[in-house]
Amino acid sequence: METTEDIMADESLDPEKVKLELIAKYPIKVARKRAKQIVINKVGETGDVPEIQSNVRTTPGLIGQRGCCYAGCKGVVLGPTRDIVNITHGPIGCGYYSWLTRRNQTDPDASPGTSSDGHNFMPYCFSTDMQDEQIIFGGEKKLKQAIQEAYDLFKPKAIGVFATCPVGLIGDDVHSVCKEMKEKLNINVFGFSCEGYKGVSQSAGHHIANNGVFTHVVGTDDTIREGNFKINLLGEYNIGGDSFEIERIIEKCGITLVSSFSGNSTVGGFANSHTADLNLIMCHRSINYVAEMMEKKYGIPWIKVNFISAESTAKSLRKIAAYFEDPNLTERVEAVIAEEMPAVEAARNAVYPRTKGKRVMLFVGGSRAHHYQDLFNELGMLTISAGYEFGHRDDYEGRKVLPDIRVDADSRNIQELEVHPDPEKFRPRKRPEEVEKLNKNGVVFSEYEGMMPDMPNNILIIDDISQYETDQIIEMYKPDMFCAGIKEKYAIQKHGIPMKQLHSYDSGGPYAGFAGAVNFYNEIDRMVNSKIWSYMKAPWQKNPQLMATYAWE
Amino acid sequence: MLLRHTPKEITERSALTINPAKTCQPIGAMYAALGIHGCLPHSHGSQGCYAYHRSALTRHYKEPVMAATSAFTEGASVFGGQANLLQAIDNIFSVYHPDIIAVHTTCLSETIGDDIPQIVNKARAEGKIPSGKYVIHANTPSYVGSHVTGFATMTRAMVDYFAESNGHKNKTINLIPGYSEPADMEEIRRIASLMGVHTIMFPDTSNVLNGPLTGKFRMYPEGGVTIPELKLTGSSMGTLALGKLASGPAAKALDTKCKVPCEMLDLPMGLHGTDMFVDILRRVAGVNVPDVLTLERGQLVDVISDMHQYFYGKKVAIAGDPDQLLAIAKFLVSIDMIPVYMVSGTPAGKKFENSLREVVKDAPCEVKIKIPGDLFLLHQWIKQEPVDLLIGNTYLKYVAKDEDIPLVRYGFPIFDRIGHSYFPTMGYKGGIRFLEKILDALLDRKDRDATDINMELVM
Repeated sequence: METTEDIMADESLDPEKVKLELIAKYPIKVARKRAKQIVINKVGETGDVPEIQSNVRTTPGLIGQRGCCYAGCKGVVLGPTRDIVNITHGPIGCGYYSWLTRRNQTDPDASPGTSSDGHNFMPYCFSTDMQDEQIIFGGEKKLKQAIQEAYDLFKPKAIGVFATCPVGLIGDDVHSVCKEMKEKLNINVFGFSCEGYKGVSQSAGHHIANNGVFTHVVGTDDTIREGNFKINLLGEYNIGGDSFEIERIIEKCGITLVSSFSGNSTVGGFANSHTADLNLIMCHRSINYVAEMMEKKYGIPWIKVNFISAESTAKSLRKIAAYFEDPNLTERVEAVIAEEMPAVEAARNAVYPRTKGKRVMLFVGGSRAHHYQDLFNELGMLTISAGYEFGHRDDYEGRKVLPDIRVDADSRNIQELEVHPDPEKFRPRKRPEEVEKLNKNGVVFSEYEGMMPDMPNNILIIDDISQYETDQIIEMYKPDMFCAGIKEKYAIQKHGIPMKQLHSYDSGGPYAGFAGAVNFYNEIDRMVNSKIWSYMKAPWQKNPQLMATYAWE
Repeated sequence: MLLRHTPKEITERSALTINPAKTCQPIGAMYAALGIHGCLPHSHGSQGCYAYHRSALTRHYKEPVMAATSAFTEGASVFGGQANLLQAIDNIFSVYHPDIIAVHTTCLSETIGDDIPQIVNKARAEGKIPSGKYVIHANTPSYVGSHVTGFATMTRAMVDYFAESNGHKNKTINLIPGYSEPADMEEIRRIASLMGVHTIMFPDTSNVLNGPLTGKFRMYPEGGVTIPELKLTGSSMGTLALGKLASGPAAKALDTKCKVPCEMLDLPMGLHGTDMFVDILRRVAGVNVPDVLTLERGQLVDVISDMHQYFYGKKVAIAGDPDQLLAIAKFLVSIDMIPVYMVSGTPAGKKFENSLREVVKDAPCEVKIKIPGDLFLLHQWIKQEPVDLLIGNTYLKYVAKDEDIPLVRYGFPIFDRIGHSYFPTMGYKGGIRFLEKILDALLDRKDRDATDINMELVM
């Protein structure tokens, strides 16, 4: 069978040459910049990889995948929380485009660890619909009134306010308005200065959302809920029902989910999350800040997990069991894995002969381009190029490079909260000697090794890929499948190559956990082996010459 | 319940928009610019704007939607976006080779006050615009108007930049199709060509946003009005502006700039809307209407009469753009349906509201209209007194499901069904399709609700 390295060894696809070709057409300054963001992978013996420039400004005019700070804050992190009224303070567009477009599911009538009051504001879009009058005279008055009207209509537990580009420019102080309304209404009201121009991508918005939730919500409800082995799940957004599948599995294992950031989540869950004993991080990029801050303030350690792919799910469950050091839990986790795996194996075996050796490219997100490689591996598919849309160096190269990351002007503008141990609520969950023992048993805390050490040598890693580069590598490599987002989808499919969205999954899901893996195997089999990709030429295009007169029967 | 918090009791809101029935100007400008052949729309603002617009248009059309951005950072927001736009123009022409870049502004660049023509002049002086290539612009702050005015403004920019009078009038009619679907633009052109009228349609997104799958990606698809055609619009004998709000500004600009006279018409929807279009086109172009169009008209009349019993007296709630509301309301009234609730988020003025009220003045019950209004209010009206049918975009399906009312998807965006980019709802044929959709919705409901006793085979 062809391996990834065989493909890379193909003379015409010498990665150095491909890289040069990708940047040849760019104006010289752009080429120089892109050259640092296109890296040929090389994993050293200690897992060290080449430096890749990332989390830097998008080049104007290049056409890329990224969205803005507001999208990361309101859309991604706070979007899936159902019992909060999220008001977009700005002109109508921003609120409109982030209205129900991310396929986050939620279950308002049943929720782990929180009161079920049935609140669900996710199907609604709330906006101050700023007009030129507010741009000229200021929008604070209208915002205040909008918060009042939202309160009067819905009596929510919490109201979030999200600033859009012009708000920052005209100097509306959303935070003081929120503070005033919080005192007046006696509910939690808080603002996010997530103007679209901040940072260089969605990533800035994730950070701002993390800061806001941590400052205004986390730790405000000390109720100790029943249940053993209490965890929070961070960086899982319940696209297509992923959280539901993960919840099913961990519940089956006897693990208690205190809160989720933020798939199928509630404000109450965030408020209570500091009572958990372990934080699990799925999407490192979007949520590591909350985990870091919770560790500092409350003493909750975090581990990186991945519930994308059956093997990774099993591995993650075993890590959790190892952390809690409880033989009953270990036994139960093993029983669950043993019970779940046969169906997964059967599904995998059914499609494997048809998917093995197929070649895939993943350019998506800040974690998904890494996580989904595990699922493709299970299908015997080869990842021949990958990159993140808004990842940072630590997502590519691992957190060990964190001390070396240069903080540029764009990142410096995103606040780093100073966090100290809470005088009453700080409680280290493990003693240093226990941590050391767990380390030896493979439970490594506060660590993410990044995507590149997990990938073969000579693969092109491309950060913040452009439309032009996308078209070029498709032409050069002719992959069997491409994964990115909605804006890329149909351009790629016009090339005749199936494209799976890994932000929203197009349709379908869940793809997390065991049942999700089965769904994914079948979906990928459907896509890469479909006969529809052979329909593009009409009979008369395949055979245009009329050789003789038609013989009527 | 999906919209479980929507109360039946209506309270006055002055600041909070809930479930809007409009979106912002720039997306309309982007959509219009896609209707120029070889054009790359460019959003002068944060990259979130173009990402959102491209995503929304892509979800609606299931087609590539190419556009670029100035990608403002905090620095650009403070110091102005000139450097970003200059670099963008340079990169776009170097890498993506469009014939034309159509820049639209955003709330961000408008609040800063970037002067686009000045920046474009600088780009030209610095040699960043290859000869024979163009950069045009439209000012589309998101805090004014809506996607409809954004469309209108970019369409007017096509006139401002290109239309020129060559001294004599060609036997050509300009058609401005309004904020309509590629399939409608195609249909309007087909009708004109059946009548033997030479036309220039702008913008024209047919064969841009409903392209084929061939195994080859084309950054600039086959369709779109060409720049030579846009130049010639100034020498046409007249302009028909379909939909006053979306098409009016460009038509008026042509009149002012090149003395091309214009007629403002409704969108050619339904029997009378299409009659009006065909009749005016016949007169201004001095042609006869071919039998084939009279036949199509007769077929529409036939469907109306065959199925009148199912239309008669049915109450309808509509959410859409003002031009669409007016055309649909007239169509529905002509077949004895009653548009009882109408909202649009797009501000359209008192005069427009009066003309809409005039359409429904003979309705046998109270008609509620709110412009600008939102879907939340429309839902509250429905909770107070239900309707038989909803007409509007995909977001109305939440109301449809909660209140168990059939929905005909119409307008923008339609994220969850196809058809709008391939089959028109304008013209006589489009009228039949629109009625087919209404009947499918109503009759499926009738079948669903029928008892075993009153189930009907023949309808």
